[in-house]
Amino acid sequence: MTNEGRQTGMRFAGSLQRYLPRIVLSPTILSAVVFIYGFIMWTAWISLTNSGLLPRYKLAGFLQYVKLFQNDRWWVASRNLAIFGSLFIFFCVVFGLILAILLDQRIRVEGALRTIYLYPMALSFIVTGTAWRWMLNPGFGLERLVREMGFTSFTFDWLVNSKMSIYTIVIAGVWQSTGFVMALFLAGLRGIDDSIIRAAQVDGASLPKIYWRIIIPTMRPVFFSAVIIMSHIAIKSFDLVMVLTRGGPGYSSDLPATFMYTFAFTRNRLAFGAASAIIMFMAVMSIIVPYLYSELRIKRNG
Amino acid sequence: MKRCVFVWVMALALVAFMSVPGAMAGEVEVLHWWTSGGEAKSVAVLKDLLEKEGHTWKDFAVAGGGGDTAMTVLRSRAVAGNPPTAAQVKGPQIQQWGEEGVLADLGRVARAEKWDDIIPGVVAQVMKYKGQYVAVPVNVHRINWMWVNPAVFKKAGATIPKTWAELEEAAKKIQAAGMVPIAFGGQDWQEATVFESIVIGLGGADFYRKALVKADPAALNSPTMVKAFERFKSLKQYTDKSAPGRDWNLATAMVIKGEAGMQFMGDWAKGEFTAAGKKPGVDYLALPMPDTDKYFLFNVDSFIFFKQRAVAAGQAAEAMARLILQPKFQEVFNINKGSIPVRLGMPKENFDAPAQRSMDDFVATAASGGLVPSMAHEMAVYPEVRGAIFDVVTNFYNSDMSAADAAKRLASEVAAAK
Repeated sequence: MTNEGRQTGMRFAGSLQRYLPRIVLSPTILSAVVFIYGFIMWTAWISLTNSGLLPRYKLAGFLQYVKLFQNDRWWVASRNLAIFGSLFIFFCVVFGLILAILLDQRIRVEGALRTIYLYPMALSFIVTGTAWRWMLNPGFGLERLVREMGFTSFTFDWLVNSKMSIYTIVIAGVWQSTGFVMALFLAGLRGIDDSIIRAAQVDGASLPKIYWRIIIPTMRPVFFSAVIIMSHIAIKSFDLVMVLTRGGPGYSSDLPATFMYTFAFTRNRLAFGAASAIIMFMAVMSIIVPYLYSELRIKRNG
Repeated sequence: MKRCVFVWVMALALVAFMSVPGAMAGEVEVLHWWTSGGEAKSVAVLKDLLEKEGHTWKDFAVAGGGGDTAMTVLRSRAVAGNPPTAAQVKGPQIQQWGEEGVLADLGRVARAEKWDDIIPGVVAQVMKYKGQYVAVPVNVHRINWMWVNPAVFKKAGATIPKTWAELEEAAKKIQAAGMVPIAFGGQDWQEATVFESIVIGLGGADFYRKALVKADPAALNSPTMVKAFERFKSLKQYTDKSAPGRDWNLATAMVIKGEAGMQFMGDWAKGEFTAAGKKPGVDYLALPMPDTDKYFLFNVDSFIFFKQRAVAAGQAAEAMARLILQPKFQEVFNINKGSIPVRLGMPKENFDAPAQRSMDDFVATAASGGLVPSMAHEMAVYPEVRGAIFDVVTNFYNSDMSAADAAKRLASEVAAAK
């Protein structure tokens, strides 16, 4: 190889080194741009058209949104999301925190217990939903079991009661996700410096007071993460409802995600479904954006 | 450099050649969701017949969701400009695909085979887009059946009902005897199946056509419809508590096991009785739902054919369309599937008793005007309208909405969905 050739080679290696990160990253960036942001834009566009069976691209204004807000079933689904989302997040956080604090008491079989509590997370919502559907069915589940034990007037028919069916989804969802929240809190508890607690003990603070005044407040970031993760699970909930109640009785336990699927894919109302998807997207954004904003600002200040 | 360009051109040409759809001579790619035991066997018959004529069959079965999944796949293939040769699409959706301008005209086969003479006009109407055949019907299911366990009726001392009043009387007796009168599955399509049978039983064929086929707001919000809603809700007291969400075949199992007296369901329920080793006329009876013996709510499965670029593929598609309506396929397929032939004038010997009765009624109602498309089974109205009707019916049945409100809501929701 000539001297010139070696120089070209080196120059090539130099530019390769400079461009390599970009080359390596470009497929991911490209796919993110196309398949996430591109399709968000596409869905937004479709929601402004009159698409039925197949997508059409001629704009028709906000007609679909007007129809959406006049649709009774949409409001049932939205109200259900509010009920399900708030109760699901609340109980997951409360139970998760309690379990984490109890597990943090340096008990002997902690490893085994932690696995037991985390185990539901390893199941898919389909399995959870099926199991709870059987347990909650008044014909052969919990109600029958208790009645056969002698309490003949015992009634637990939430699954088949249109006023209560949404709460069965809360029960199954909380059962599934509490272990995960517990793990988050446990990690947070382990990260707290022991010396703070010891200092508080020296000052004569009782254990509940230490938790309430010192430990829980220092876990603020963990609370934030838990709430954000739980809320997006809540908004995109689909499989659990599909299996547990199928949106029923009637459509009393419909959620926006199942609503969107029904209208876009089984009723040939693509634009209408897209409009509901965009509203869901905005709901997620209204939670995520303030969170990211506050998190990023804390980092910049710190 | 020049060689490099040459290689690229060759490679591109090769890729283009390989991806031309239907380039292989005489292949049909068929999208369907007949994947369960008896159904898969039925499809295999068509495949054999087609292969005997020298064409090849490429199976494109998409299971699950009662066809919803298959429709999603079909849509994406059609949007990509690469639809299969034929797809299992039924009812008014044929019109929607026709409007997209992607369907092949089957006029030549239809004229040669005299389709207009061998299938009833009401069914042919569904298969045509702008007067031309674009779809071929395969089989007929009757919706308004009542499946009865005579042992339960005997134990309760009840008579098997022919009218609504008799039905209520029998239901009360069965309930008093400690059994469930009506096996019911609380899913929206099952609720709509029972509801539409009530509508035709109460209002007659003309009212049914006005309300649930033409979706006329005046008929939807009419006193007759209010009465139909009331009658529908009155059934609830004769069902058990665990009904919401139950699958139809589990409800059928309740009748088979003698836990329940009867079920209102289309003739596919027969398959469950047969699989359990029960004999028609002895262990179970199949009768038209009370008040509906003069009517035949039909559900017809059909295939649409997409325009083909290759001549050979077009020929294979026409062969498939022709074979579907030939007596041989009609008989074997429908005996396996538990439905009846859509072709008129077929020999009846090889069919069982309920199917024979269905075949007689099919001919009789086609002549009398009592043969009407089923709304619940996607034969009568566009999916968006059907969905709106489903929403009102299921919400009414599962809440304390009044029948008058339900009729009002029915008219307004249908108008909004159109």
